[in-house]
Amino acid sequence: MLSRFKAEILFALFLLRRLVVLAAFAGGGAQAFAATQPVADGVAVTAQAGTEQQAGQSEEAAGQVLPAIAQSGNVYSFTLANGLQVVVLPNHRAPVVTNMIWYRAGSADEPRGHTGIAHFLEHLMFKGTRAYPAGEFSTLVARLGGEQNAFTSYDYTAYYEIIAPQYLKNMMIREADRMENLILTDEVIGPERQVIIEERRMRTDNDPAAMLAEEARATLFLNSPYHNPVIGWKQEMEQLNRDDALAFYGKYYTPNNAVAIIAGDVDPAGVRALAMETYGKVKQRAVMPERRRPQEPVSRTRREVAMRDGRVAEPSFQIYRLVPSYNNAKNKGEAEALDLLGEILGGGSQSRLYKNLVVKTGIAASVGSAYDGTAIDDGVFYLYGLPRGGAALADLQAAVEAEIAAIIKNGVSMQELEAARKRYMKDFVFSQDSPSGLAQLYGAALTTGMRVADVNNWPERLKSVKPADIKAVAARYLAPGTGVVSRLLPLHDAEKADNRRQKKAPGGKGTSPAQ
Amino acid sequence: MNRIRLRASALLLFVWLLPFGSPARAVEIQDIMSPKGVHAWFVEDKTVPVLAIRFAFKGGAVQDPADKAGLINLMSGLLDEGAGTLESQAWQEKLDSLGADLSFAAGEDNISGAMKVLAENADKAAAMLALALQKPRFDQEPLNRVRDQIIVGIKAAERDPMTIAQKKFAVELYGRHPYARPIEGTPESLKTIGRADLQAAHSRLFARDNVKIGIVGAITKEQAAALIGKIFDALPAKAELRPVPPVRPHLGGLTTVHYTMPQTAINLVYPGVARKDKDYYAAYLLNYVLGGSGLTSRLFTEVREKRGLAYSVRSSLVNRDYSDSLVISTGTRAPSARQSLETIRTEVKKIAENGINEPELQQAKSYVIGAYAVQNMGSSGAIAATLVGLQEWDLPIDYIQKREAEINAVSLDEVNAVAKKLFTVEPAILMVGPIKD
Repeated sequence: MLSRFKAEILFALFLLRRLVVLAAFAGGGAQAFAATQPVADGVAVTAQAGTEQQAGQSEEAAGQVLPAIAQSGNVYSFTLANGLQVVVLPNHRAPVVTNMIWYRAGSADEPRGHTGIAHFLEHLMFKGTRAYPAGEFSTLVARLGGEQNAFTSYDYTAYYEIIAPQYLKNMMIREADRMENLILTDEVIGPERQVIIEERRMRTDNDPAAMLAEEARATLFLNSPYHNPVIGWKQEMEQLNRDDALAFYGKYYTPNNAVAIIAGDVDPAGVRALAMETYGKVKQRAVMPERRRPQEPVSRTRREVAMRDGRVAEPSFQIYRLVPSYNNAKNKGEAEALDLLGEILGGGSQSRLYKNLVVKTGIAASVGSAYDGTAIDDGVFYLYGLPRGGAALADLQAAVEAEIAAIIKNGVSMQELEAARKRYMKDFVFSQDSPSGLAQLYGAALTTGMRVADVNNWPERLKSVKPADIKAVAARYLAPGTGVVSRLLPLHDAEKADNRRQKKAPGGKGTSPAQ
Repeated sequence: MNRIRLRASALLLFVWLLPFGSPARAVEIQDIMSPKGVHAWFVEDKTVPVLAIRFAFKGGAVQDPADKAGLINLMSGLLDEGAGTLESQAWQEKLDSLGADLSFAAGEDNISGAMKVLAENADKAAAMLALALQKPRFDQEPLNRVRDQIIVGIKAAERDPMTIAQKKFAVELYGRHPYARPIEGTPESLKTIGRADLQAAHSRLFARDNVKIGIVGAITKEQAAALIGKIFDALPAKAELRPVPPVRPHLGGLTTVHYTMPQTAINLVYPGVARKDKDYYAAYLLNYVLGGSGLTSRLFTEVREKRGLAYSVRSSLVNRDYSDSLVISTGTRAPSARQSLETIRTEVKKIAENGINEPELQQAKSYVIGAYAVQNMGSSGAIAATLVGLQEWDLPIDYIQKREAEINAVSLDEVNAVAKKLFTVEPAILMVGPIKD
């Protein structure tokens, strides 16, 4: 946190992200992952894997063909005979390894009318198998001092353990086992369904900003399943049952639809031997078709949603625009340009929005923009503002829109572009410093249509973005007329001044002895 | 076939569980010293070409004068808003051009800072950090701006029931002690703070005898010592901290904040155990069994797994410089609030009366020992933060090696004695939600 206030900006982004990634358990690790804003936020599919070289050799061993290990920088990858992709990210600083298994299945893959099943299944994956009954896996991880959790997003579901490397095999055995042998009974379904509904209450229904964000997103996506919240709509969550869970499990939890990411104090050949012994034994259960979902129609309207709530004391606005993602951008380099545009326009204290509206005119307490392009289908460009002092919300929104218009009209300077690019390059180097963060980065990329080489080439591709490209994507995707504006407002506009006199706003009650 | 093999390896595990890998293997901590005698703990680490520096000055919001609440927080928010001859924008642009991430944060007990930079720019970035710590400008424009930002943040949260409740609860627990005041102050108190107040706070707290430093990265010991000298040696020799009395939280009361919402938040505060207390590890193990991190605690099992009453339920040992406590927290659907509270209180009562058992103690020790590397060594910044934390607690430089033996030495009787001591006290309870009288 630069100061309390700059922390607000990060918090606003975290809030956005929080609706996108749900963890199985509240707690340090889960939050850490959910809050990690991957530096690259994904990368495009266009680059060639030409730089990859062979580091391993195919050999016959114990009747199995050794898959060749491809190396690209410090990233090693291979694919097992059953189709499971394995990525190894060695880092020998500390005797710790992060073992992650990512499924290319998220809430956007759910059958219509059954929202929340991807996330519910993620919870149910902790309910045990015949070989490892409920609690065995978690108890083992706890005994080893490890950390374990899982999370679900629109395009992926991931499970992980962070552990001392000598126990990696034990983790892999169990992850492999629950990939095909999960046992679900109605006895575990009932209470766990209550848990996910409690999770919804905690994350969304108790929080006006979260309720507004959920509906703003549903308003932005007209036809894509990104329209639905990852956690699900409550009335559908209440109906989720064992059959729904097993159907989703049977359809998507198969090695040819998974990526294992192993990051930390390990070597690629050793991981390959362990992976063949464990994940390699899991049979393919389904053929994975291309991930084709309903697409967005051409939109011709600008939608506005607003929420008034007694808990809100200062008004704020958010703007959501539909833009290409790294995966679905038809024009090469668009996603990279949007990423840099998000940084130049509102990425931090060096951005145009911050310098002009927080520092220069002083009408904003908080303002910013960001691009989320890690998605199979469309991405989202996001802007937000919170006025300072007596400034009106409408004036701040107009000022933010004027900054967008200025870029559409006049573009950005080479100097601004260089500074933003340099910051991203630096973040990319810094990301190498945290093995678990790096595992998150590669996992999200590889389950949203990208390849290892696409992630590795990201800094190179940033270098080819020109000021004219930034201007072009701003004109193409941020021109007025479409998208969603959401406003979070106090109950009554005029009430502000009066209510300050009434001290006990949302009804404080007295203190009485505990029973 | 497959299943038999899996079972076999599950059995095998118990055999090779015994010898734990030492978390200290990869980190060699060295005590280094600047020309003027400022100590820092250093780990040379060439994994990535990055340097991480973390530091903490003792004295956070507890050092605010009673009528200037929020002073220390505001001061730390202005450290990166201009220093030396560089005004805010110029200073930030220069730092940005060096590819350094720098942040400051005020807590209740300290002001902490974190810098991460490509090792090749370490010298230049250290010079910028030195300037920020030694010669912050506190110009009027950034002062007005950052103060307004903090005020907007306070006002934005003033009708949030959780914020209201936390404020009310803090006063219930800590009365007139500084811990009862919000770190960020109030709009009224912030308006009274001027440049002279900021300068006075700065010169009182930022001194060579008052800072703990961790430095990790791809540089040599000599380079690290020189950097520490560059950043900290120009500070005054001694800080002037106001004395702050220790405080026991006032327990036994029920605080409620009513708001019509679907989930009720519940907090219970029990007495804690000080970090320097001989019972600290016993309390640490006890907390783990009751509601510590992971998916296996008693509270997790009873409240979430068996009854589905909550998504999150946990207990934490909270250690601050002047007060200690053990806090249990959960959020539960409103109609079940009473059942959740009763379930928690029943578990607390059980653990007070019957204690924990030997297998639970062994499992807890095993977790607590193994978790050290996982929790503390995830990145160079995490290691540097750990080095600062160890020094703030006055722990020896070989603590990581000694820790395992200290934990293993805790007996079941010691843990259960602590359970009896902490949990036979009536807790302070906070409930926020649609509370009926």
